[in-house]
Amino acid sequence: MVNVAKLEFGIETFGDIVANEDGSLKSAAESIRQIIYEGKIADQYGINVIGVGEHHRPDYSVSSPETVLAAIAAVTKQIKLATAVTVLSSDDPVRVYERFATLDGLSNGRAQVMLGRGSFTESFPLFGYDLTDYDDLFNEKLELYGQLRQEKPVTWSGKFRAALKNQEVYPKTEHGELETYIGIGGSPESIIRAARSGYKVILAIIGGQADRFKPYLDLYHEAAKQLNMPVYPVAVHSHGFIADNGAEAVEVAFKNIKANFDRIGLTRGWAPMSREQFDNETKVGSFYVGNPETVAQRIARTIDLLDLGRFDLVYGAGNQTAAQRERMIELYATKVIPRVKEILQAKAVAK
Amino acid sequence: MTIKRVGILGAGKVGITLAGLALNAGYEVRISGSGTVDKIALTIKMLVPGVIAAENDEVVANSDIVILALPLSRYKNIAATLLTDKLVIDAMNYWWETDGIREEVLAPDSTSSEQVQAYFKDSTIVKTFNHMGYHNLQEDARPQGDPRRKALFVTGNDHTAVDDVAHFVDTLGFDQVIHYNIAAGIMTEPGSPLFGASLDYQTLKHTIDHFDQTEFGKKITAAK
Repeated sequence: MVNVAKLEFGIETFGDIVANEDGSLKSAAESIRQIIYEGKIADQYGINVIGVGEHHRPDYSVSSPETVLAAIAAVTKQIKLATAVTVLSSDDPVRVYERFATLDGLSNGRAQVMLGRGSFTESFPLFGYDLTDYDDLFNEKLELYGQLRQEKPVTWSGKFRAALKNQEVYPKTEHGELETYIGIGGSPESIIRAARSGYKVILAIIGGQADRFKPYLDLYHEAAKQLNMPVYPVAVHSHGFIADNGAEAVEVAFKNIKANFDRIGLTRGWAPMSREQFDNETKVGSFYVGNPETVAQRIARTIDLLDLGRFDLVYGAGNQTAAQRERMIELYATKVIPRVKEILQAKAVAK
Repeated sequence: MTIKRVGILGAGKVGITLAGLALNAGYEVRISGSGTVDKIALTIKMLVPGVIAAENDEVVANSDIVILALPLSRYKNIAATLLTDKLVIDAMNYWWETDGIREEVLAPDSTSSEQVQAYFKDSTIVKTFNHMGYHNLQEDARPQGDPRRKALFVTGNDHTAVDDVAHFVDTLGFDQVIHYNIAAGIMTEPGSPLFGASLDYQTLKHTIDHFDQTEFGKKITAAK
């Protein structure tokens, strides 16, 4: 059963370009500075985690999330600083360790690594990797990262990187290891890999009903048991938008999420999002959109259904204004999160 | 022909979704992954209990219909002779993020399903289940006559085979828009307004009937 006292709530941004009130777009640099400010208010409101994505595309401002997180670290006290996600397949695990160990040091132990394969593929040609090595790259680098994370001398060799012989990596962290999640999109193979890794798991549910994932969580538990690995409460990441007025929230979200999905669909070949599809996602699917009460009810249902330990809401999709983004963070922290806890508490008592 | 046993090659998201639908529809279902049974046994047991995990040859030997649900770049890993005289559904598309560079997977002058049919020359290929996202396949399956029922495009060169597959699609919970030309599958490939969409019969049929007026249709006509 959900442990309400231990539940964590996060916000995540992919670094979408922020819009001005007149509809024109801010620069990437301005958009990055906006995220720093949002990290600061999220911390003041008591949100547990902020996650920043890594992208290498014109429609997103952040390609180097740890740098953004380092700036957030300097203006915050409590909030954990996560990537969402670090595309490990096209990165160097030694550099990943070094960057996060540095972030962990300057933030008093608040760094959180989220390793994933990423749903975008631009980083592969950019860093000289072959997309057909997709699985092998991730598996090999995950294994090396796992050794580095122990913060002891590493001897290792593989296909995609120079070998290491009794090599130390620095700086060492104060707590002896970096908190690490593995981010997955829900293929059965990735669930089993996550269980095998022994890391905490964050599941990206970006389309369809959360109910569909219930058997996948059973699979995670069963696989961990068979592999004799630890089981943690699972985290979920989904898109959303909150405004004071529910109807207004739906219209803003439709315009922005549709623009975002359609733009990505252009390069991937999928059809534009229909209104029917969007409405379905907001009513029973994986978009958490509406006034605080509506969103709280839907998040509480998902947390209860999947027995989660953490819920991260992805904010800012498309080109939203700074005011829309900031108000959403405020409503999420001050109205939605307390209400979700209240609903779950009442459910726990009833059980 | 009567279809009672369904075999699925490919235990990824689409393969498992179709296995679940077929099981719910009352079929005996077998599924194989790219490796040994061990690799998928737990997944199948947890996600689609009742479906039998097996290896390719066992799946094919015990099936009245075989569904290809693997990445397009890997279909040639299946020996063409394994599917001799079988009725086969091609649920695949060229998808660059999984399959890599198109020229390395496909010849430039014909559609993917034509090439799949040419490779499995002694099998009868029907293309369907390729254009709807796996979560829509799972969530939108509905009984006949349900006003919210969605439709799938079914096409192939062999009339009887297409009709048999259309009936099979019906039993899994979808209406069908039918063509008798395997090359027509191009209308539902990535880039088409039908790819990734979940549409009712009328909307799907209307788009297919007026396909040359869509942007994608114009591009294809221009390329010919």
